[in-house]
Amino acid sequence: MSHAPTETSAIFGRLSLQSFPIHEPILIVTFAVVVLLGTGILAAVTKYRLWGWLWREWFTSVDHKKIGIMYLILGIIMLLRGFADAIMMRLQQALAFGGSEGYLDAHHYDQVFSAHGTIMIFFVAIPLVAGIINYVLPLQIGARDVAFPFLNNLSFWMTAAGALLVMMSLFIGEFTRAGWLNYVPVSNLQNAPDTGPDYYLWALQIAGIGTTLSGINMVVTVIKMRAPGMTMMKLPIFVWTAFCSNILVTAIFPVLTAAFAMLMLDRYAGFNFFTNDLGGNPMMYWNLVWIWGHPEVYVLILPAFGIYSEITSTFTGKRLFGYSSMVYATVVITILSWLVWLHHFFTMGSGASVNSFFGIATMVISIPTGAKIFNWLFTMYRGRIRYELPMMWVVAFMLTFTVGGMTGVLLAVPPADFVLHNSLFLVAHFHNVIIGGVIFGLFAGIDYWWPKAFGFKLDRFWGKIHFWGWVVGYWVAWTPMYVVGLMGTTRRTRYFEDPELQIWFVIAAIGVAIIAVGIAAFLIQIFVSIRNREQLRDTTGDPWNARTLEWSTSSPPPPYNFAQTPVVHDLDAWYDMKAQHAERPVSGFRPIHMPKNTGTGVILSALALVLGFAMVWYIWWLAIVAAVGLLAVGIGHTFNYDRDYHIPAEEVTALEDTRTRLLAQPAGATA
Amino acid sequence: MRDHPTLVSFRRLAAPAALLLGAGLLAGCSGAVLDPAGDVARQQRDIIYISTALMLVIIVPVMALTAMFAWRYRRSNQDATYDPDFDHSTGLELVIWSAPLLIVIALGALTWWSTHLLDPYRPLGRVSAEKPIDPKARPLVVQVVALDWKWLFIYPEQGVASVNELALPVDRQVRFDLTSTNMMNTFYAPTLAGMIYVMPGMRSTMHAVLNRPGSYKGYSANYSGAGFSGMRFRLQGVDQAGFDGWVAKVKSAPRVLDSGTFLKLEQPSEKVPVTYFGRVAPALFDRAYQRCVKPGTTCMGEVMLRDQQAGGGGGGDPRLGTGMPAGRTSVPPPGQKPEGGLFKDDAGPTGTHNTVPKKKPSGSTAPSDSNNRDMSFLPSRPAAPVRAAV
Amino acid sequence: MTDHPRGDATRPSFYLVEEDGHDHGDDHAGGGTIVGFWIYLMSDALIFATLFATYGVMSTSYAGGPTPREIFELPLVALNTAILLVSSITYGFAMIAMQEGRLNAVRLWLVVTALLGIGFVGVELFEFATLAHEGAVPQRSGFLSAFFTLVGTHGLHVTAGIVWIGVMLVQLAQRGLVAENQRRLMCLSMFWHFLDVIWIGVFTFVYLLGVVR
Repeated sequence: MSHAPTETSAIFGRLSLQSFPIHEPILIVTFAVVVLLGTGILAAVTKYRLWGWLWREWFTSVDHKKIGIMYLILGIIMLLRGFADAIMMRLQQALAFGGSEGYLDAHHYDQVFSAHGTIMIFFVAIPLVAGIINYVLPLQIGARDVAFPFLNNLSFWMTAAGALLVMMSLFIGEFTRAGWLNYVPVSNLQNAPDTGPDYYLWALQIAGIGTTLSGINMVVTVIKMRAPGMTMMKLPIFVWTAFCSNILVTAIFPVLTAAFAMLMLDRYAGFNFFTNDLGGNPMMYWNLVWIWGHPEVYVLILPAFGIYSEITSTFTGKRLFGYSSMVYATVVITILSWLVWLHHFFTMGSGASVNSFFGIATMVISIPTGAKIFNWLFTMYRGRIRYELPMMWVVAFMLTFTVGGMTGVLLAVPPADFVLHNSLFLVAHFHNVIIGGVIFGLFAGIDYWWPKAFGFKLDRFWGKIHFWGWVVGYWVAWTPMYVVGLMGTTRRTRYFEDPELQIWFVIAAIGVAIIAVGIAAFLIQIFVSIRNREQLRDTTGDPWNARTLEWSTSSPPPPYNFAQTPVVHDLDAWYDMKAQHAERPVSGFRPIHMPKNTGTGVILSALALVLGFAMVWYIWWLAIVAAVGLLAVGIGHTFNYDRDYHIPAEEVTALEDTRTRLLAQPAGATA
Repeated sequence: MRDHPTLVSFRRLAAPAALLLGAGLLAGCSGAVLDPAGDVARQQRDIIYISTALMLVIIVPVMALTAMFAWRYRRSNQDATYDPDFDHSTGLELVIWSAPLLIVIALGALTWWSTHLLDPYRPLGRVSAEKPIDPKARPLVVQVVALDWKWLFIYPEQGVASVNELALPVDRQVRFDLTSTNMMNTFYAPTLAGMIYVMPGMRSTMHAVLNRPGSYKGYSANYSGAGFSGMRFRLQGVDQAGFDGWVAKVKSAPRVLDSGTFLKLEQPSEKVPVTYFGRVAPALFDRAYQRCVKPGTTCMGEVMLRDQQAGGGGGGDPRLGTGMPAGRTSVPPPGQKPEGGLFKDDAGPTGTHNTVPKKKPSGSTAPSDSNNRDMSFLPSRPAAPVRAAV
Repeated sequence: MTDHPRGDATRPSFYLVEEDGHDHGDDHAGGGTIVGFWIYLMSDALIFATLFATYGVMSTSYAGGPTPREIFELPLVALNTAILLVSSITYGFAMIAMQEGRLNAVRLWLVVTALLGIGFVGVELFEFATLAHEGAVPQRSGFLSAFFTLVGTHGLHVTAGIVWIGVMLVQLAQRGLVAENQRRLMCLSMFWHFLDVIWIGVFTFVYLLGVVR
């Protein structure tokens, strides 16, 4: 492709008509669909006059529950985008054999795999994990909100702004072609002078601010806002895992921010951090992003472990086996996750002793992880297991994840890594732990806590199709990748020569089709459940006979969560309360002090989005306007001292009386 | 009793899954990693087998117990013991922590030993399991340069070079010295000795030996841009006579690899056919990794020497490229290093989106067609640029 | 939570009837804000740690360009260090005045601190301008990139601190030493001292070691 030198104009920067992909049928169709859907949704919202309601009740809300739900919606939408990329890759690799180069050229294929990884980690896994933590954590510790409700709102909108910037790269300009971590030297200015890496950097910097703030918020919430009597060793295990995960977030995201900032300086100001010449050092970038990258895996998997623990305990009708060893295991993993980053590039030539150290440190992590698996196992032992949807995910997880753990330890042996690194075996390994560990856990969590959030269970039939689609689809899609990895097939490859391999990629494509059925079933499940919500209604607030505090309040919980703060005497506080026949207070309510909604988070994030877009396209005047706006709105917000209000006692009493009436109804009756 | 179907289907799933896994492993055996042709790769494969076996010692019981407990303690099985308060057992906890610990100790010992033994920088101790190495025999040196997007193999002792074809005599130790001109690649010969990164301004080293004659595949394992997928080479294992014949054949090629040819060759191109160079300019590899092939540029070594005298670098290993580099290279001539985006306010190539219509549809076109290349910064160039260049 | 509920021994109480709402909003989670700000500072410290590490790796990557010995002017930097250290002391005086509730003294000491901060940034900008004039620009070598980024990031933080002091002065004028403002002064205090600690690292590892090497 030749590129005529384009003038950068003062008004539009390097944005020109050529920046729009008007010659690319796939993108045009996608764009048409997005526009149609988007217009439809906007029109519906306008027609039913929902804008005011959306703005007041949702966008500006500082309620952790609503923010949690918004995170989940963001994550699910982005999952569809990331999965569309996955389908495109699988199709390409199934077709591109024997001289055929498939249907994607390098320019597109390289963007697709970069976008898939970036979106799945930063805009699917992180929002889904953050959403569940946001929703569940304050309820589990008996709090009425998080420590910094406004920051929580800002965190969500910053993440959403980052996601939006990535989505914009689909239709305006291009996304990075340097892999999901935007590796140098591919993303150096001289090798990629286009907008791709800039979109990546700005999107992730903006979203990263959100994630860091959210991490700080959750850590303080756990430290300062536990219900009376809830000592650290009486914390629900999900809170422990979420706590450790957020400590990791605050500890690793700064490293990523700094690394990206340096790459930005390279690209925008001609610095020499990661350049090939003038003393730059590309390996630095690899080290820095993996110092973030490996703990990030634990940021995602630890809360999933917490979800599995809660579910196992609930559905086996047993206390969690080995609670304290579970806690120690979590803490040990948190610390060790810092000491293993180099196993992502054993083959860079660090020398045998360094490689051995990082390899053995990696294996050591498998000890606490193994202990966790055993703990779930012995929680099931002598239990009475109810196979509701969440528990099915747990069993599937245990069988899938152990295999992923095994291949992970195998890759931690440097001599083995010297033949398997950067092969599809490696790709199969991390999909094995991320799908089999994180994604299964998130779906389990959604199935488990949905009734809490909405007051009705999810449909079981479609839930099962969702489940089997993912589980069977995972195995069919990724077992072949282990095989071709052992045959020496490298990752991120666009076309192959060896026709023997093709059958494996065709099987993998079938697997992806099965997963697609699962994802479709998930959406149908939600739709069907909302339609049949009256049959699926739960009025008790505790549909699973569960054990932790979130189930002690109504479903969905009132804005203040708990009319009176619960007092904790034992692990599994709600189980303890049920066992001791604790009486729910029905009178004597007092006004409840709550934080006020604010639109500042939305405005700041919108300005950040504009700043990012302007910088990507070199529209300097707009960037300056947006930056000044950010500063002004941010400072202006500190002049607002009026940030709270009281829910009057009468309103609390009225809400609680409704619940008293519902609880008095005979079991099984629906409203 | 509604729990039953779920569990039954769990079991139903297990059989095909195992079948698929088994079939996969069988097929894998015919694959490159599990069917090595070199002693190093063979030892690497053995490490894979041993560690997998070690881990299966614990993985198999865990998976079996999971399936067993999940089945036995289902709610509908009222015969099974139900003990809701069983949440602690010191004996069990001891087993839970010590069983993985023991496995990891064993694996850790294996790791320490094998990582040092198979360190690619370490000269080999044996030619094959049966044959020790002759201490007097010097290894064959092959210098590897990763260019965008092809492999250049220089045989300094033979004075020849080839693109995308690597011929090795069997049962003779080879030392690879590797570097790259622009992108970070990974030299990957799965049947020979695995892989190692090759980086601009750095020199990596790998020792290997090939035991079985034949024709094998080599790759770049690290994504390095648009032409990455076609960046492959053929590894020809031949006996000593065959190797001499190969060298003679390459020597008879009319092309000469000097600075000028090299600079043309390093320009990005894809799917480059095998090309031979009958003569090679001396110390070309050194200049490639010291980034001073272009006449008039200062070599990294000189820059570092000057930096050291000015008070930096050095101290450790004095050899270049073996530690963290001090000042890595000289100043590129004006205009060669791109300016940052902030300084591009008036005019100049900014690499806007690559959406203008292509002359021909991309995709399944002839090999080395220029339409396959899509790095937006590259100018269009005729097909098979290497031949055109020489 | 330290306030344990009182229930009799046989029937523990499971709900707390609070006299006032317990901590939940950022305006009332005074202790929470301090903890949160401290955690923020720790993550900020990690940004600096990353920049220090990068500087450590690149500190000899002169690429044939200028070296620390050629460009660092220790007396100037020592002056700057003194200015910043003194500003920490003056901020301390502001905090003492805050404890004693003397609003005007707080404002006076804040102004002094801000002026010292401006002096610090001014000297730093002068140093940068001199370096650029001598051709030691960050585009010249890895070493200079890392140097300008590390020192510049610290300078940006100090600038942010100065802006914050300005905002604080307005808010103090508007509302005096209300609880919110006291809490903000506490956070700003931690921020300012934190920058001091970082600077000591910069002075030692960048300037002193750079010249000694």
